[in-house]
Amino acid sequence: MTEYQPLLQLSGVSKTFADNTVLDALDLTIYDGEFLTLLGPSGCGKTTVLRIIAGFEQEDCGSVMLDQQNLAVLKAELRPVNTVFQSYALFPHMTVYENIAFGLKMHKVAKADIKTRVDEALRMVRLDSFAQRKPHQLSGGQQQRVAIARAVVNRPRLLLLDESLSALDYKLRQEMQIELKRLQRQLNITFVYVTHDQEEALSMSDRIVVLNKGKVQQIGTPREIYENPANLFVARFIGEINQFDGHVVRRIDEQHVEVVAEGADWVVKTDHPFVADDKVHVLLRPEDIRLTKSELVLDSVHVEGHIYECSYKGKTLDSYIRLASGTKVIASEFFDEDDPDFDYRLEQKVALQWTTGWEVVLPYEYAN
Amino acid sequence: MNMQINQFRFWAIGLATSWLALFVLVPSLMVLVTSFLTRDPDFLIRFEFSLDGWRSVFDPSFISLLWDSLSMALITACICLAIAYPFVMCLMSLPSKWRPIILFLLIVPFWTNSLVRIYAIQYLLGKKGLINDAMLGIGLIDKPLDLLYTPFAVIFGLSYILLPFMILPIYSAMEKLDLRLLDAAKDLGANAAQRLWRITLPLTLPGIVAGSLMVILPAMGMFFVADLLGGSKHALLGNVIKNQFIQTRDWPFGAALSVLMIILLSFMLWLYYRATKLSNRQGGINDSDF
Repeated sequence: MTEYQPLLQLSGVSKTFADNTVLDALDLTIYDGEFLTLLGPSGCGKTTVLRIIAGFEQEDCGSVMLDQQNLAVLKAELRPVNTVFQSYALFPHMTVYENIAFGLKMHKVAKADIKTRVDEALRMVRLDSFAQRKPHQLSGGQQQRVAIARAVVNRPRLLLLDESLSALDYKLRQEMQIELKRLQRQLNITFVYVTHDQEEALSMSDRIVVLNKGKVQQIGTPREIYENPANLFVARFIGEINQFDGHVVRRIDEQHVEVVAEGADWVVKTDHPFVADDKVHVLLRPEDIRLTKSELVLDSVHVEGHIYECSYKGKTLDSYIRLASGTKVIASEFFDEDDPDFDYRLEQKVALQWTTGWEVVLPYEYAN
Repeated sequence: MNMQINQFRFWAIGLATSWLALFVLVPSLMVLVTSFLTRDPDFLIRFEFSLDGWRSVFDPSFISLLWDSLSMALITACICLAIAYPFVMCLMSLPSKWRPIILFLLIVPFWTNSLVRIYAIQYLLGKKGLINDAMLGIGLIDKPLDLLYTPFAVIFGLSYILLPFMILPIYSAMEKLDLRLLDAAKDLGANAAQRLWRITLPLTLPGIVAGSLMVILPAMGMFFVADLLGGSKHALLGNVIKNQFIQTRDWPFGAALSVLMIILLSFMLWLYYRATKLSNRQGGINDSDF
């Protein structure tokens, strides 16, 4: 990310709708040329951020700077920012060509240039032969591509995409994810993508901003967010995770502490300066857990439990385990076709193991 | 079960069809036939083919009268549109709970007979009417203006009576307008005037055309407005038709005029159909399938 220059800076932006604080002193820097995703549950304020950048909504306080220029003084129609709307919002009375040419016409681009640029945009989204169609004659995926072409043809500094793929079916959505990444690389335009779909966020973004209740929870690359969640919210929102509550017994060395959880002594790796008696959450992804049939375990660090449900997922076998304390755990293992014993009976006793360092240790937040 | 539905269908459609046939089709045909018959001083019409009725329609003196009536109706429609469109745009900017109340207030005067309200306007516009009195009172004019019995008075009366017929269709079209399209236009650099001209107007065109039809057609026929406010000089097509049947007793001519009006109406409905088709309002993700 170091080669990128800051493009847009939100500092201390707050927004309240009738007693409901949607954004709470939000700070965010968006770098030139990156694919940034705002991820969060519905109502977390992600769409409001987009609408403030686009100019449809006015922030209550704080500032929005684009290229050192304060956007507050610029009306929406004058900002070098374009939006791909969730509903596409294509003009129903215009052809595909007229839709895409609309922005250029508004900016008084010469007619000959309009033709060249619209044709180029149509080629880019592979809709060359659809120029004279009306939006209602197109499929959902085609409408989506027109909406993207209509926005990027203006060569905005910033392209805002508001849950732009959520209306498409699963397969089309995957295709469009790849298509969007290709476009972003090809155009070298900064994309700000809003979604509540964590899988989409992980697969497309350079950086992800996790939002909840109008506050930034974590900013980082998909890998950082997934592997080192900053708090319980992020850990739970992105992917599945198992949570064990315990407390620190003693510090072993600079990177390791001993924790008691689920009635066992665990050695865990952490950078956090925990001291003895600190309450902690130990978090483990389902795919990081290895199950062994209990009697075979020789290793000292492990937890035991009983399988109460198995779910075949094709690629993986997901096992649901109840520990002695009642804590429920999910373990997700890849199939080993050569192992004839790879299968569990219900109520079978198993041992959970993992490699030290794969767990995430967080300070205790609240009970649940 | 199926039988019952079929029977119900037969009776429901049959009843509606015979009603329309009996009270719309047959009278219309009678008018059409009458327009090709001969005038008779004693029995009104004689069953003898004649083109006299239609010849009178294409008489230059009548054409100019038709033109007067049509232009008055058009001016009325323009005035109504000029008031209704901004009115509806203001209405849409109000919180949605206020809109039905305001529309209701708009309808309230219609519970009073329009003839009574035209008499009120007559009083308002007269030499000793409220408007002249007021303007004399504040010294704006020295002697009363001739407001009544002018084309102005007729157009004023027609606009007043017909304004809601312009407002309601425009309102219903404006309500269907997807506001996200305006956001999109703004996003693409369109200023307020460009948004109005390129998005709002084309997409509410069906409402404008519907409203104009609902104003122009009655505006050509409301003979009592012309009688009371225009005197004898400023006649509408409706006055002429009424006079042919009741005073001049030239039924073939009156019938031909009625047919002409029906043709005019059909033409305008065709225009309306074209306008709705032109601004294809299907779109968005719901109608994405072929």
